[in-house]
Amino acid sequence: MTIRLKKNPVDIIFSSITAIASVSVLLLILGILYVLILESYPSIEKFGFLRFITSTDWNPVKGSFGAATNLFGTAITTVLSILIAVPVAIGIAIFVTEIAPNFLKGPIGAAIELLAAIPSIIYGMWGLFTLAPIMANYIEPALQKSIGSLPLVGVLFEGTPMGIDLLTASVILSIMIIPFTASISRDAFNLTPAVIKESAYALGATKREVVKDIVIPYSKVGVFGGVVLSLGRALGETMAVAFVLGNNHQITKSLFDAAATITVTLANEFTEADTDIYLSSLFYLALLLFVMSFIILALAKFFILKTEKGIKQ
Amino acid sequence: MFKPKFLCILTGLAISLLSFGSSFAADTKLNGAGASFPYPVYSAWAYDYNKVSGAQLNYQSIGSGGGIRQIVNRTVDFGASDAPLKPEELEKDSLLQFPAVIGGVVLVVNIPGIKAGELKLDSNVLCNIYLGEINYWDDEKIKRLNPGKALPHKEITVVHRSDGSGTTAIFTDYLSAVSSDWKEKVGAGTSVKWPAGIGGKGNEGVANYVKRVGYSIGYVEFAYAKENNLSHTLLKNSAGNFIKPSFESFKEAAGSADFDPKKGFYLWLNNAPGKKAWPIAGATFILLAKEKKESNINVVKFYDWAFKKGDETAERLIYVPLPVSLKNKIRAYWKSHNIY
Repeated sequence: MTIRLKKNPVDIIFSSITAIASVSVLLLILGILYVLILESYPSIEKFGFLRFITSTDWNPVKGSFGAATNLFGTAITTVLSILIAVPVAIGIAIFVTEIAPNFLKGPIGAAIELLAAIPSIIYGMWGLFTLAPIMANYIEPALQKSIGSLPLVGVLFEGTPMGIDLLTASVILSIMIIPFTASISRDAFNLTPAVIKESAYALGATKREVVKDIVIPYSKVGVFGGVVLSLGRALGETMAVAFVLGNNHQITKSLFDAAATITVTLANEFTEADTDIYLSSLFYLALLLFVMSFIILALAKFFILKTEKGIKQ
Repeated sequence: MFKPKFLCILTGLAISLLSFGSSFAADTKLNGAGASFPYPVYSAWAYDYNKVSGAQLNYQSIGSGGGIRQIVNRTVDFGASDAPLKPEELEKDSLLQFPAVIGGVVLVVNIPGIKAGELKLDSNVLCNIYLGEINYWDDEKIKRLNPGKALPHKEITVVHRSDGSGTTAIFTDYLSAVSSDWKEKVGAGTSVKWPAGIGGKGNEGVANYVKRVGYSIGYVEFAYAKENNLSHTLLKNSAGNFIKPSFESFKEAAGSADFDPKKGFYLWLNNAPGKKAWPIAGATFILLAKEKKESNINVVKFYDWAFKKGDETAERLIYVPLPVSLKNKIRAYWKSHNIY
């Protein structure tokens, strides 16, 4: 039967079209990687790898470039946004899968997915015009008064609260990634076999105990995959943070200082990069981001696959 | 059964692709790309010009850096840049260059109790503020320029651009011209390593921060200061007078500056010698590929029309039109290259 199918020209065309479609995506990725390497080559040659990622000097006038400040900003905003987003997202997922009455599950799920559908530029504008003043006038002074006086962490909250800083950027990022973490966690929770949950309830376990002892242990690898996926998302997010981070190339102690991430620098400086080495260094930054995102996404996929397999077995 | 249909779609696609290529040959279409600062006025001119001549001008504001690259690669009919290219760069890529319209950079402050035009600054004080060496509004140096004015003992928040921009290029070029300290430590460019302050994205970002953050100072394009009702400062020019930023003081700056056609009009308008000239301004430039005579003639036709009929539109959009003497110099420059 398979032999007869292969003889049919329409089927051959059909299968080759699907194959071309899939292969073209692969080629596209390789093509992008190739262009990034090609364009960043002058900068790679001039600054090398170690020197580029450890130098904090970003000076377009003198043609001296280093990525350390950008990597610092990217790492801080990403980690901080994950710290804020994950507890909220897991709370949402638990509520939606285990606790919410059925008539609420639909609307809440839809609302979370809508949050994911908001274009990031809108978060950026909202961040600049609404969130930044709120942070500067209320939240940051309050933080300064409360935790700011503690010995070790106090240094994180020094300086004049301006609302254009690492903290505001992280808060916006966290709002953006909540839907991803929440919906992947929800899917992971839903994979918990109903039989086991029901047995637990039959033994007299409360909802809290079922979540704590059955649902979370069953799905923790999947949830972790969701977290890593959101990490990748936070890493590459541009427009939402471009407005509220200030693009200052500095490594700061305080969360109330402006900083720069890789994406923010690219968005801010790409159009007016007027020398070749400047442009090449921006491409170099993009290459670093590409590789980092790739590794993180691969990790996320690995964890998510692992849960699904584990549960099937 | 599906095959003929599918082939039809394929051939249709191929035909439309082929015809797409040829329909581009129409000579009344002009493509330009570059600086975002003059985008509103170029597109307004293009709209009016289209009504009188039928020619279509399509301008993409992709930034000065992109505009220069596009014209160097000859992918557009003209490029636009806020910073002039040096004569040797023009020579290297065989380009022509002329100014099209003028913009000014003004300083805006947010100090409760001080109204627009009340605070006087000079180049030295401005430099020290942006270097982070003057930190309080009641600093001796500021007081000396503003005798009798009650200045608060409050920390100055310096606001600058976070993105690369022609506005920053003009402003830092001015600071480099007036202070060797600035030139050495920071220098001039579309984005620089700022010694102090916070960055706002775009003119709107800087305007927003200055409005919101008390005791701040920032630099924005003239149009933004005017439209956002920010309070501007006076600034001492090279003739020693304190000048208010206005159409008149920008025109005086453009009129008193010595643009040289032999150098492709390479000039920063900063510190123009005129008595009433505002010291921080810059022309925005058009770049043409020397060998593309035919399209150059069409581009020049457009700008000639704009120089004749476009001043009112420019002023309505708060751009400063070129003075007549400079326009005539540009026409002579076109003539000498046989494109006018």
